[in-house]
Amino acid sequence: MLAYIIRRLIYAIPILMGVNLITFLLFFVVNTPDDMARAQLGDKYVTGEAIELWKETNGYHQPLFFNDKEEGLTALTETIFFNKSISLFTFDFGQSESGRDITSDVSQRVWPSVMFALPTLLIGLWVNICIALLVVMFRNTGLEKAFVISFVGLMSVSYLFYIIGGQYLVTRLWNLVPVSGFQTGLDSFRFLVLPVAIGVIAGTGAGARLYRTLFLEEADQDYARTARAKGVSEVTVLFRHILPNAMIPILTNIVIVIPMLFMGSLVMESFFGIPGLGSYMIDALKSQDFAIVRTMVFIGSVLYIIGLIATDISYTLVDPRVRLN
Amino acid sequence: MMNRKATRYLAATLTTAILLTGCSGPWNNPHQESSVNQNQTVYYTNFQLPPQHFDPAISYSTDESMLIDQIYEPPLGYHFLKRPYELEPLAAESMPDVRYLNTNREEIPSDSPDVTFSKYTITLKEGIDYQPHPAFVKNSEGGYVYLFTDESETANYRTLSDFGQTATRGLDADDFLYQIKRIADPHNKAPLIGFLAQYIDGMSELTAELKTVERDGWLDLREFKMRGLERIDERTFSITIKGIYPQFSYWLAMHFFAPIPWEADRFYNNPGFKDNNLTLDWYPVGTGAYMMTRNDPNREIILERNPNFRDDFYPTEGAPGDKEAGLLADAGAKVPFIDKAIYSLDKEVLPMWTKFLQGYYDRSGENHGNVTQNFDQALTIGPEGVELTAEMQGREITLSQDVKPAVYYMGFNMLDDVVGGYSTEKQKLRQAISIAWNSEEYIEIFRNGSAIPFMGPIPPGIEGSLKGEAGINTYTHDWKNGKAVRKSIEYAKQLLTEAGYPNGRDAKTGKPLKLYLDVQAQATSKSLEDWQKRQLKKLGIELELRATDWNRYKEKMSTGNHQMFSYGWLADYPDPENFLFLLYGPQSPVACQCDGNNNANYDNPDYNKLYKQMKTMQPGLERNQLIAEMLDQVRADVPWFTGEYPKEYYLNNQWVSNTKRHGISKATLKYLKIDSEVRKQKQAEWNQPNLVPLVAGMSIFVALFVPAIRAYRRRQKLVINTDK
Repeated sequence: MLAYIIRRLIYAIPILMGVNLITFLLFFVVNTPDDMARAQLGDKYVTGEAIELWKETNGYHQPLFFNDKEEGLTALTETIFFNKSISLFTFDFGQSESGRDITSDVSQRVWPSVMFALPTLLIGLWVNICIALLVVMFRNTGLEKAFVISFVGLMSVSYLFYIIGGQYLVTRLWNLVPVSGFQTGLDSFRFLVLPVAIGVIAGTGAGARLYRTLFLEEADQDYARTARAKGVSEVTVLFRHILPNAMIPILTNIVIVIPMLFMGSLVMESFFGIPGLGSYMIDALKSQDFAIVRTMVFIGSVLYIIGLIATDISYTLVDPRVRLN
Repeated sequence: MMNRKATRYLAATLTTAILLTGCSGPWNNPHQESSVNQNQTVYYTNFQLPPQHFDPAISYSTDESMLIDQIYEPPLGYHFLKRPYELEPLAAESMPDVRYLNTNREEIPSDSPDVTFSKYTITLKEGIDYQPHPAFVKNSEGGYVYLFTDESETANYRTLSDFGQTATRGLDADDFLYQIKRIADPHNKAPLIGFLAQYIDGMSELTAELKTVERDGWLDLREFKMRGLERIDERTFSITIKGIYPQFSYWLAMHFFAPIPWEADRFYNNPGFKDNNLTLDWYPVGTGAYMMTRNDPNREIILERNPNFRDDFYPTEGAPGDKEAGLLADAGAKVPFIDKAIYSLDKEVLPMWTKFLQGYYDRSGENHGNVTQNFDQALTIGPEGVELTAEMQGREITLSQDVKPAVYYMGFNMLDDVVGGYSTEKQKLRQAISIAWNSEEYIEIFRNGSAIPFMGPIPPGIEGSLKGEAGINTYTHDWKNGKAVRKSIEYAKQLLTEAGYPNGRDAKTGKPLKLYLDVQAQATSKSLEDWQKRQLKKLGIELELRATDWNRYKEKMSTGNHQMFSYGWLADYPDPENFLFLLYGPQSPVACQCDGNNNANYDNPDYNKLYKQMKTMQPGLERNQLIAEMLDQVRADVPWFTGEYPKEYYLNNQWVSNTKRHGISKATLKYLKIDSEVRKQKQAEWNQPNLVPLVAGMSIFVALFVPAIRAYRRRQKLVINTDK
């Protein structure tokens, strides 16, 4: 297995390089270094000299990919792409265009993101599995139909509607929790309960519907029928026999997302004032802060690769037939 | 079994919630009341965008000014109440003493043609001290305590509260000069470095010199001389600028010219501080009424009363109507009234508005769109203009409104073959479009009446903008029954015919006239586009909209690759020059090949001549006559064909007083007053938790579960019975 993991990690290097190249291309198709300078310096009274100075001190005075004033390898290394990329691969994220230390900001903002995303994932998973198993228990009945219709209904509603509706009802009409904000420690409960609840409810339609399909495939397998024939209760059949056997596709969905939890949620963090990494990325895009954008994309790619490897490893844990060669 | 378990979990969750929240007042209170001293008067508000800079040499955004202008005190400021806006001394004892010099730097009269320099001498108030700060702490031998040589010594310092001691020192004239040198230092990336170097004598030379200096840590700018700066004594300094530029006084009221103590600059250049985000750009050091005690831009920023703040008092005079509005009730009282201001991060309008209505934010409208995006709930159009809705009046909310010193305009590219040029025909074409484009209707439909229709480049409240009949644009409006009435479409069509486009068709070729309007993709909508097309359709002209992102839009402006466009300008200072320069020929980006602000590329030699003359004149009748001539010229040429002067609103909860919008200055927090007792009472009254829906929801949940469990049990038994 170790050899497999090492091989996957080696494969990750060209993937990360490709992602970095694409990020770079996409960003600079839309923004030029001059645009970035203006975004930082403001549009009023900014002189060409001030723009040139900004570019020089922030390392954007060189050509993007090829420096025709240099010769040999330095024609490639004395470029914005090379200089900005090389530091990323050494995990030296440097400073944002406005002068803040990115590592320090990321390490501060990652925890609020996790505090919101982890309970949403775990509670959502638990709720979805329970509901899906319940539906499977009552398969081929009117109750199942009612649930499936509800799932489709829940899936059809926009995420924003859940947020705005939830905020209006729970915080404004019923005055139960604060509408937005964040505190650390025990007090964080008050601020997170609503976004987590909304996250869970909004994800229930799609989640429970998917799991129902997975469980239905297992529900009439021989082992399940044998268990029932032996007099095992339906609840035990569902939770002890069917659930573990349906774990592989569930794990595919879940393990891959776990590392991404650190990246935060763009919309929820913005509406609920959660100071996580999702809103960090949005702010960076608004202010054309390439240093933060490329760092966040890079971290996201690394976490995604870790998620994929972790998914493969988890298969071996839940299914002894799987071997990583 | 599961049913009981689930109920137990729910009960535990509810109990925890009640335990956690019950002790700090209403459950939905977003503020941590336990962190506030009950004897303190606290102002609660929000910020919408995380600030990027607090260094007064770098910061150049309204959101940042809202915070740092409470901390830094430049030599001059604005009178809180008087309108038109009036400059007054702030850190300075009196207004600057201005002398005029020739090339030999000898004093000459202001009207002499040999004036080459203007020398501004500023004397500071006595007894101004800096806020407590670790940068000033000295040991018994007189050395500075927090000076380090190695990063390992500073690893544990992450915020200012990690420093055990603080101290202060008196303000020195040299601190102002130090800050100007900081602007000149290219290392600091000050946005105004290029602009100010055009005026301040010796600045560009210092910039050139500092570019070549080898840096290893802190650079002591005191060791560098700058020709235009002079420290006369500890309370007096002078700044020499090139030529005559009366508007320089306004620049002296901006935080760019606030003092920075060299000790602070050195302190923040300690090794390792930057990696921990301990910088002057993050933790300001000022002499103002407030100091920043917490800077977490991801959550909240806290300003607290500066214990070393000088004696300062509420104004005793105001504008007409201020006394009746209760704005002079605290005349002569010592300021500030508030001990602490807590700014929480809220990016979306809905939470902001909800918190205001719940009483958790004291005011609404300090941020973009907070009031205007909830216009229908907050405001209504009454017979006398915009007024509060019945719901707001029921809550005893008050409204403060002001016309922003800004202009949003739409213009022509005067270099364009079709709409540009200065011939009579081209003038008539543009005048016809200007009449057809009904800005009154636009304001009514798209701006809820929250703006004043465009009459020229200078907004109301700024010198040169006249009221009543004298202030109307006679090329687009007539004065009838005491108000401005737009000229008829028939008249516009006649102008169009005279311009060579009868019924919107080229008289020579017979082809329909088609024009192109460049818009920013994010600032337009289908309904707006349809309305815009309808305006020109009245004349038979076809309009095509070209939407692009902001960067491409700017690029089009700078290369002149546009025909019609829209833009806006928010004044830096309340002087007509700050608007009229937007049409000054050399400011054209195409002409100067620079980031000029004359996006219409208007270049009328007569206007340019008048502008140059007006720019160096002191305010007065003579200057106003020149301004009137310039306005007439612009109205005839029509480089801008429509626009508006936006209005701004504050909504104040009933416990807030001394609140008056100031279009230019943000340094008004010290005048604001809060009645904490009323607020507490109203918060409790408005935020009673309503548990009925929650209990009802739980009951339905349980009610649904019980039959499900029964059905399951029945089914289990059925299976067993079948087996038998």
